[in-house]
Amino acid sequence: MPSLDLFFQPEIFLVWTATLKTVVILGLVLTMVAYSVWAERKVSAFIQDRVGPNRVGWAGLIQPIADGVKLLLKENFVPGGVNKFFFSIAPSLAMIPAILVLAVLPFGSSLFSVPMVIANLDIGVLWVFAVSSLGVYGIVLAGWASNSKYPFLGGIRSSSQMISYELSLGLSVVPIFMITGTLNLGEIVQYQVDHGWMVFPAWFQSGGGLLEVTTKSGSRFGFDLEQTLLWIPMMISFVIFIIAMFAETNRMPFDLPEAEQELIGGYHTEYSSMRFALFFLGEYAAMIAGAGVIVTLFLGGWSLPFIPDGSQGWFWGLVNIGTFFAKVAAVIFFFLWVRWTLPRFRFDQLMHLGWYVFFEVALVNIFLTAGLLAYLQS
Amino acid sequence: MLTILFWVFSVLMLASAAAVVLFRNPVNSAMSLVLTFLALAALFVTLDAFFIGIIQILVYAGAVMVLFLFIIMLLDLKAETRRRLNIAALAGGLAVLGGFVVLVTQVVRSLPSSAEHFPPLARTGYPDAYEIGMTLFSGFNLPFQVIGVLLLVSTVGVVVLSRRNLR
Repeated sequence: MPSLDLFFQPEIFLVWTATLKTVVILGLVLTMVAYSVWAERKVSAFIQDRVGPNRVGWAGLIQPIADGVKLLLKENFVPGGVNKFFFSIAPSLAMIPAILVLAVLPFGSSLFSVPMVIANLDIGVLWVFAVSSLGVYGIVLAGWASNSKYPFLGGIRSSSQMISYELSLGLSVVPIFMITGTLNLGEIVQYQVDHGWMVFPAWFQSGGGLLEVTTKSGSRFGFDLEQTLLWIPMMISFVIFIIAMFAETNRMPFDLPEAEQELIGGYHTEYSSMRFALFFLGEYAAMIAGAGVIVTLFLGGWSLPFIPDGSQGWFWGLVNIGTFFAKVAAVIFFFLWVRWTLPRFRFDQLMHLGWYVFFEVALVNIFLTAGLLAYLQS
Repeated sequence: MLTILFWVFSVLMLASAAAVVLFRNPVNSAMSLVLTFLALAALFVTLDAFFIGIIQILVYAGAVMVLFLFIIMLLDLKAETRRRLNIAALAGGLAVLGGFVVLVTQVVRSLPSSAEHFPPLARTGYPDAYEIGMTLFSGFNLPFQVIGVLLLVSTVGVVVLSRRNLR
């Protein structure tokens, strides 16, 4: 019998742990996609004082499976005059980038001293932006290949919207790199473990400050002067980032590429069956990935105050993973809440907001952070 | 493993680069160019140049080509696909290409340094984004700033030109 040591040789260990993590995360996120569709319908029903899906299973919990079966069994109709090649690959192009973003997100600290991130890239944040910027191709090509007016308008709107908001999205996170001094998402989370979350810098293990409390386990809690000053540009970054993320994921109030009332369904008007489902799933997967990025960059990733990381035992490792996904779920709920509360922007308002407000504010914010950092280091 | 990856991505890159020229439909050409950039980025990554590889995707595949596609889609593509192949232009193009390849091989062969093998780069333990930043801002600060000013001027120029067209 070959010894088990083979499994623990560095390269082989890396390969099978990475594969295992990929499979688990993919399964988990696809389940989340299905249930965020259910959550969307339930939340919208609650906000509009309706009941929502409640026929299939308890509280309609099996509804996503029923929807999936329905979409699979429908006819996959291809209209005449479409560009067949791009028409058929466009749904996949919309889905793939959203899934690829998940590869660099640290979804937990460590479990049995295996880091809970699929690919620990030193340039994790740039990977997120690079891959999510490819998501626009699926939408643009779908709009163009459909050979129809409304999808085309949807595709054009989508590309101009994404290009405009990518700028503020990228610029708004530059202050984070300036403060943490790294592009590695895992290290950004570790910084937040030590110095407090970006949006609420109130606990830390290092440094000294105001209102300090030391717990029995030795971790200290309180407000640090430095972190409190840097909190100002962080909040500006956070607001710009989260709004730009709404535009990037085509969510209400920025869902103009598909605006049902104006464009019927926008870029996916001509799609049916599983191809339509792929667009639908891709959109929710992008939303989950976006929520994961927001949690990682601003909301402390897998960390909770006074909760140790996975090096203290597998139980805490699992708690960290649970924390991450709970935070992601909370951000998704926020996305849904906004969608069913706010009206849609007009397209010129959307472009105006992106170019005249967020772009400038994000740029000024970088200078503000640089000034604060120079002041604090002097 | 790295050699296999090198061949896979080089072949993919060269094939899609050829496809950019060979396709009649501009949208196909644009998407082939995107594929070329992605394969090029993959080649950078196999050399451990993660930063350059990702910037390649972010800037060229993610921003520049989206704008290209945006413009191409507004054109009348049918006229473009109907256009006949011009034999004289094709022959001229091939002649120029052949001449260029011969020239480059001759120059490279005549250089004494082309026979040398370069030693592997020293690893410093810092991420490559850090290394690039240090090199740019310490060794090449002035050229870097000059390029920055040049880009600013061209941006202002574009804004001025497009505003005048509007009125």
